[in-house]
Amino acid sequence: MKDKTEPKIPQTVPRQSWTFSNEVNSEIRRAAATGIYDIRGGGAKRRVPHFDDLLFLGASISRYPLEGYREKCVTEVTLGTRFAKKPIKLDIPITIAGMSFGSLSGPAKEALGRGASAAGTSTTTGDGGMTEEERGHSKTLVYQYLPSRYGMNPDDLRRADAIELVVGQGAKPGGGGMLLGQKISDRVAKMRNLPKGIDQRSACRHPDWTGPDDLEIKIMEIREITGWEKPIYVKIGGTRPYYDTTLAVKSGADVVVLDGMQGGTAATQDVFIEHVGLPTLACIYPAVKALQDLGMHRKVQLIVSGGIRTGADVAKALALGADAVSIGTAALVALGDNDPRWEEEYRKLGTTTGAYDDWHEGRDPAGITTQDPELMARFDPIEGGRRLKNYLKVLTLEAQTIARACGKNHLHNLEPEDLCALTMEAAAMARVPLAGTDWYPGKNGF
Amino acid sequence: MQTFDLAAEGLRALNATLQKQNGTTNQTAWEVVNPKGSHALAVGLDAPIDVTVKGSTGYYCAGMNKQATIRIHGSAGPGVAENMMSGTVIIEGDASQYAGATGHGGLLVIKGNAASRCGISMKGIDIVVQGNIGHMSAFMAQSGNLVVCGDAGDALGDSLYEARIFVRGKVKSLGADCIEKEMRPEHLEILRDLLDRAGFDANPEEFRRYGSARKLYNFDVDNASAY
Repeated sequence: MKDKTEPKIPQTVPRQSWTFSNEVNSEIRRAAATGIYDIRGGGAKRRVPHFDDLLFLGASISRYPLEGYREKCVTEVTLGTRFAKKPIKLDIPITIAGMSFGSLSGPAKEALGRGASAAGTSTTTGDGGMTEEERGHSKTLVYQYLPSRYGMNPDDLRRADAIELVVGQGAKPGGGGMLLGQKISDRVAKMRNLPKGIDQRSACRHPDWTGPDDLEIKIMEIREITGWEKPIYVKIGGTRPYYDTTLAVKSGADVVVLDGMQGGTAATQDVFIEHVGLPTLACIYPAVKALQDLGMHRKVQLIVSGGIRTGADVAKALALGADAVSIGTAALVALGDNDPRWEEEYRKLGTTTGAYDDWHEGRDPAGITTQDPELMARFDPIEGGRRLKNYLKVLTLEAQTIARACGKNHLHNLEPEDLCALTMEAAAMARVPLAGTDWYPGKNGF
Repeated sequence: MQTFDLAAEGLRALNATLQKQNGTTNQTAWEVVNPKGSHALAVGLDAPIDVTVKGSTGYYCAGMNKQATIRIHGSAGPGVAENMMSGTVIIEGDASQYAGATGHGGLLVIKGNAASRCGISMKGIDIVVQGNIGHMSAFMAQSGNLVVCGDAGDALGDSLYEARIFVRGKVKSLGADCIEKEMRPEHLEILRDLLDRAGFDANPEEFRRYGSARKLYNFDVDNASAY
């Protein structure tokens, strides 16, 4: 009699749903437990077509390169040449984006000013007004004119080197902001003329103008108050970049600042950050086309921001037609945000290095996005400034390296012809050929 | 009295001239003729001078004013006295939208009516209106006083912070988190002073006071339906 044993059935590996991933399910559980959406800082975390999807071609027989370490590659840029009596001249085409005092500590703002000034570039205020730390340590300071008008006054307007009229930002185009009460210290409350400890809403629309015709008059008023000296920037979030750029130029902007969805914010709903707006890569071509169609390319300067991390990103943005770029999140990382040295504390907050984004809670272990005196004391603005300067220098050197390899003696001489795309999406968005071809989607009707 | 003909000399010359004044010379009284609804008239002034505009103005007249007294012998376009820091602005006629928007200080007197969003996001300015005001007035108003001798439109004081609102007439509706509050003696005193400074003969006892219920000061999901 033969032994009869049941055949062993192989088990399949437990299969996770792509649609209902662990990450998605964790958010469902969090929402079910709290009844409120998730609020966080930073920009879009999802993978979107980006500068990584472009490559430079470099030089060969048909193009000849410039010698690294020997032949000059100019990096300076002048912003505000259209109407302003005193345009801004920067040594490098990489500026520091607007980040508010309130969301950032005073020492962090000081460090941004120190680092930017040492590298020969500008820094930008943010919602909440101009601080002495920032003005005192910034050789070139751009003063943001925001819907909230927190701290807005004519003296600071005149102390600024340029004025940035903020219509929107890439992380939340069409949205306002909220600085939660836990970050409202006595000083922040006083600057914003509100009680300590209450949530401070930053409006999504300006209170005294609506539409491009009004904007034109608003810009004229600011110019009249400041004697037509200061360059006027108009900052827009990436939504309809062709039309918004056109309208900003029509309204009298000297400079258009265009912020894509990877651009950071101090705090807003995660669903907003991840689902509203255009990737930075998709914004540049339409904006440049608008300027070209108006005959204003290089006359009204274009600053691009949102996910700039490396000199390659800088070079690609400039090659696509930008005059300069702006960095925010990368600057914070350079200062020490999300640094592995604080891993133990990030874990206590339920997160990990690189993923920490609850900047609005004011418990930043690195002491940068907080108003807590003990946490702020961890951050050294002099060392932070030194690190930012170094980082800006590296970005510049990297961009120069690429430009020389493309045979360009000025970063602004980089052009779309120097680029190719690795993906169909990037080729379509940037209007540069798919690698190894002379075609991009839509070219010649195909 | 210095007379400035805007039609002949232009806006830039007017503002540059007025902005140069420091109040220490005998040129403290100015009259602007032929304004013809021009925008950005007498903006960014910072001296204790007296400017009279003989006619109606466009957008943003007296914007960001400090110290100066500016009288408009006509009506004012949108954003009159926006972001005013100090001084006084007096409008003999009506004011369009956003009058006194985001004002940080000073006194804005409107002898006619004010359109919508009067005192929007005000941050310390005092506004006294002899007539009526339009909808969404004092939206997100942070501090200061808005006095209305006539009626107020829809959604008065929506999302109000610490600003005080006094209305003598009817209020069509109150905005989110805005409620009627008790008029105590100290409020009557504030109101009496504002009416006196504006030159309006009105009895403070006839007004009602409105302010923030302070229920939306810190985000609470249970209040989400209020937005």
